[in-house]
Amino acid sequence: MFLEFVEGPLWYASVVIFLVGIAIRFYEILARGVKPDLAVPRTDGTAGALRTIVSRSWTAKGFSSGAVFHLVAGYMFHIGLFVLLFFAAPHIVFIEERILGFGWTAAPHWVFITAANLAFAGLILLWLRRVMHPVMRKISTFDDHAAAWLTFIVMFTGCMALLEGHDFLRALHMLSVCVLMIYFPFSRLMHAFTFVLSRGYTGAVMGRKGVQA
Amino acid sequence: MAKVVTEHDYARGVEVLRNQIDAKIASYLSSCVGCGLCAEACLFYTETGDARYTPIYKVEPMRRLWHREQTVAGKLAKAFGFGRDLTEEDFAEWQEMTYDSCTLCGRCSMVCPVGNDIAYMIRKQREAFSAAGYSPPGLQGASQRALEIGSPMGVTWKALSAQIGHVERATGLTIPVDVQGADYMTLFSSMEIMNFPEYIEAVARIFDAAGVSWTVSSKAFEATNSGIQIGSSEIARELVSRVVDAAEGLGCKHVISPECGHAYTAIRWDGPNLIGRPYEFEVVHILELLDQLRQQGRLETEGFDERNLTFHDPCQIVRRGGVEEPPRNLLNMVAPNFKEMPDHGKMNWCCGGGGGLSANEEAHDLRTTVFKVKKRQLEATGVETMITACANCRIVMEEALEHYEMPVVIEGVTELLAAHLKPKAGKTETAATE
Repeated sequence: MFLEFVEGPLWYASVVIFLVGIAIRFYEILARGVKPDLAVPRTDGTAGALRTIVSRSWTAKGFSSGAVFHLVAGYMFHIGLFVLLFFAAPHIVFIEERILGFGWTAAPHWVFITAANLAFAGLILLWLRRVMHPVMRKISTFDDHAAAWLTFIVMFTGCMALLEGHDFLRALHMLSVCVLMIYFPFSRLMHAFTFVLSRGYTGAVMGRKGVQA
Repeated sequence: MAKVVTEHDYARGVEVLRNQIDAKIASYLSSCVGCGLCAEACLFYTETGDARYTPIYKVEPMRRLWHREQTVAGKLAKAFGFGRDLTEEDFAEWQEMTYDSCTLCGRCSMVCPVGNDIAYMIRKQREAFSAAGYSPPGLQGASQRALEIGSPMGVTWKALSAQIGHVERATGLTIPVDVQGADYMTLFSSMEIMNFPEYIEAVARIFDAAGVSWTVSSKAFEATNSGIQIGSSEIARELVSRVVDAAEGLGCKHVISPECGHAYTAIRWDGPNLIGRPYEFEVVHILELLDQLRQQGRLETEGFDERNLTFHDPCQIVRRGGVEEPPRNLLNMVAPNFKEMPDHGKMNWCCGGGGGLSANEEAHDLRTTVFKVKKRQLEATGVETMITACANCRIVMEEALEHYEMPVVIEGVTELLAAHLKPKAGKTETAATE
């Protein structure tokens, strides 16, 4: 009953809120507009935008040594989460059956375990830095903590749900996923989509100036 | 005429801040995950350890306003009585973070994982703070002088005319003034006119040798733009318009931006957007022009400067301006022992005096403190001569070098090249008068 609810009405409601919420956020951004740049460009802005959208995924030069901890933990979390989300066997089955209608090859078990460890360790390290580092304490909002904890709960219940045959644990995981999806558009988690805009805008401006940003 | 606001009016500031948030800024604020990495790229944080100087924290008033008024979550929170509006106290508190601890160098903008151009955001926040009268008195004074006299340092045409007279007597050349139809109209910064007139002499000698058709305008010779620094588009527009009117009035094909960082940003990149149309002329930085002359074989040098020397990349010319290769091409003509600093080029560390800090007396001690990063760069390079291409960087660094008792000499690129200029055969005459 509980599983049917979270995988049925709640799931569909969550998907609608997730998609509509993201659409609203993009509208909120794009509706504000950007004035055309009237300065004669040195090089192409579009190429600059595309370059920066990709290049900011790699570590930039010029950080002081204080950034190493965050950079390492950041890569651990994001790479681990990406593998978990798209290459864990149960997720692929869910995507095939409930969303796309097709699936793909799952990651080997050892890759899955490694990714899970990286994601957990990365997320915990990032959150510890958030509560311990003076800079992070200064700039963190309630949203940062809420997003971190919600993500942790989703990952944790996901591990629990691996115990096949326990519907309650699977329902718990789906419930936390639904809560995260409803929260997502109204939080800083939106960076997962809006990074394309922010990197693109800056890359275009810098590209027009002839600077590889 | 544009006005400098000196009376506090935070409500006006809130109104202006609201209008500064375009799609770019909305995307930046939506993407920021509060990772704090920008702090590790900012000399004000790395040299003080003060978390308030984290670049993204400097635009906290902008973030709060955006979240409260322009997001669904913020509007809901406001409707249920959570959070609070910006107050006068916020403006008073953030004036230091908006002006004293940011040179608009844009180093943070180069490292942000989500690509946020934080320097752009701070520049826009300055629009609100200057409109609300929460700007440093030093910058207010500089802007007022720029509007009334034509120069932030109060340099008049008569003062430049006197310097031109000195240069003409020293070189035997004639500096062309108000020459209709000259190819290039040259701008100077007040700092060059008063502190480094050797730049004017160097330009005159090089242009004479290269046969460049050029002129100085008696109506608009000042390159600097206090409006950009204090963050007033209204002031910036008026100052840019003077240059545009003079150049288009003389029918010049090009305007030369001098060895001054923010002047280049003002006239090259911001100017057309400020006046709302493209120019009828092309803006070229002096380093770009000299490099073009080198490529055309019109800039010939002889002999070498054997000193071990390095180059300080001015932020607005290199990182925010894209003129990175020309100074290196030029230095390679005469400086065989040129050595790069760590983090050179587009990731160079700021001198600490950009973005109006050199005119901001309240930031003097902080400016000196953050110079420690430049000190380390110089010590790692082990040179006693530093070449740069910004008179503002130069004066700020010369003062700091004195403070730290470092035996480093600073010179300009143009000046260094002029010292090695191959003598021109035959009669010397400016192309503009030919």
